[in-house]
Amino acid sequence: MLNFMLLILIYTGIYALMAMGQNVITGYVGLLSLTQAGFLAIGSYTTAILSVTYGWNFWLTIPVAGLLAAAFGVLIGLPTLRLKGDYLAIATLGFGEIVRNILNNWDSVTKGPMGIQKIPMVKVFGYQLSPYSKWGFLALVWVFVIVGYVLFDRLAKSRMGRALEAIREDEIAASSMGINTTKYKVWAFALGAFSAGVAGSLQAVFTLSVTPGSFTFMVSIMVLCMVVLGGMGNFKAVVLGAFLIQFISYFPQLVGLSNVIPPQFKQVLFGLILVVMMIWRPQGILGREIRGYKPSKEKGGKR
Amino acid sequence: MILLETKALTRTYGGVVAVSKVSFQAQEGLITGLIGPNGAGKTTLFNNMTGLDLPTAGKVYFKGKDITGHSAHKICRMGIARTFQNIRLFKELTVTENVMVGRHFKTGRNVNHGRTLTAVGSYLQMNREHQQVHAEAMRWLEFFGLEPFANELAKNLPYGHQRELEIARALATEPTLLFLDEPAAGMNPHETASLMATIRRIRDLGITVVLIEHDMKLVMNICDTISVLNYGENIANGTPSEIRGNPLVIEAYLGKEEE
Repeated sequence: MLNFMLLILIYTGIYALMAMGQNVITGYVGLLSLTQAGFLAIGSYTTAILSVTYGWNFWLTIPVAGLLAAAFGVLIGLPTLRLKGDYLAIATLGFGEIVRNILNNWDSVTKGPMGIQKIPMVKVFGYQLSPYSKWGFLALVWVFVIVGYVLFDRLAKSRMGRALEAIREDEIAASSMGINTTKYKVWAFALGAFSAGVAGSLQAVFTLSVTPGSFTFMVSIMVLCMVVLGGMGNFKAVVLGAFLIQFISYFPQLVGLSNVIPPQFKQVLFGLILVVMMIWRPQGILGREIRGYKPSKEKGGKR
Repeated sequence: MILLETKALTRTYGGVVAVSKVSFQAQEGLITGLIGPNGAGKTTLFNNMTGLDLPTAGKVYFKGKDITGHSAHKICRMGIARTFQNIRLFKELTVTENVMVGRHFKTGRNVNHGRTLTAVGSYLQMNREHQQVHAEAMRWLEFFGLEPFANELAKNLPYGHQRELEIARALATEPTLLFLDEPAAGMNPHETASLMATIRRIRDLGITVVLIEHDMKLVMNICDTISVLNYGENIANGTPSEIRGNPLVIEAYLGKEEE
């Protein structure tokens, strides 16, 4: 039971990283993109291939995974960011499927549907983390989440964060205020992709194997649900959303009803959550963060 | 000195000619009015001059430089700011944040001149920069007497204040030329009077103002020179008294007298 809770918390951490990235794209710039599964896959496979085939250290593969995902973010962002709303969602959804199909079929590199097994375990300060040492993994993952949170939160409160929000509120007015809207939209995409790539890296070394089957469209939907449920434009809320969604999706196993409730039930439930939230609390559980500015009294980074 | 001019600017939408060979000029330091009946092409002309729309033919010159076809953010960075006919505030941001967005390209790497080349550098300087941007934003709010609303969401402001906030946001970009698209629309006479005083104060800051307006009392009172558009064509230019007596203008507004 404790082990199971730890598993949920580890996955909460991995998904929280992705959800924070999604929050930059959806919560701040207001773009409905469904790419996180694709970037997660790119991150996972980067770590898997580099460490299995080329014998790289995990710590070296993480930045490569993040940067490669970000590069794909820019690549997919440049052409699709001319689209808005539903059209962008469809185009980005296509990207996720393309990634999965390539992983499925590029046998020589990705080993096809079998995926890549026997990814070396992570060593932290000489201490080896096996998938059974859940406490260790929990700490590792959440260190990343906390660092990610601090960086993203400050980014959001910076000049760039204001620019992103201005684009969401009114793109024409934002460009008339001297903001290069295309540049910032592409940046947001790259940042979102980067955090998903890092999340993918972590997932690869936790499960010690990667298969294309784990990067389905549902992953992107789950991440979007986390952002909507927690509250768009609020990084704390997004982490909360990640926990709730993970908790719900493991609920049948947690209460020992996994043979009564089919696994598909969570898809029904996520849809229901989205509908209910849209009707009753479109701003999410915690809602958007509104910042008051008190000039004379404020000190340091506090607002 | 001519600060901004268009040369034979034409914008067509399919078969509709919205603006036809208009040569418009704005003299530095003056308040120029752009008037005309609804659908005369005033806002289209504004959009073509500020980079939100691309002219079909013709050129736009700012300080003698050809800026035709430049993107909106580039034109803003050159020193042209604008407001919109249908208010386009960042509704879910606070009043202060709205003005702070106006400081965008005056901050960050653009002002530090390479002292902070990296993202990390600007990150470390964020607090100092934030204080500075915030102080500048507050100065503009004080210019309009909006500081009591500083932490309100922009969407919660009364209509008249929203108009003022939009002007404050535009001024925060430190423009040399300010376009106002129907600033007095929907204002009561008291608010209009205070707006007139504000526009004069803006001119006294050394900012050239071009405004579209239907409120003739405002236009005739504060404009130094007026251009009139009708059906996309420039039918008259001159001082308020010249325009008031121009038969073509009277005809455009009131129709031709039956013989």
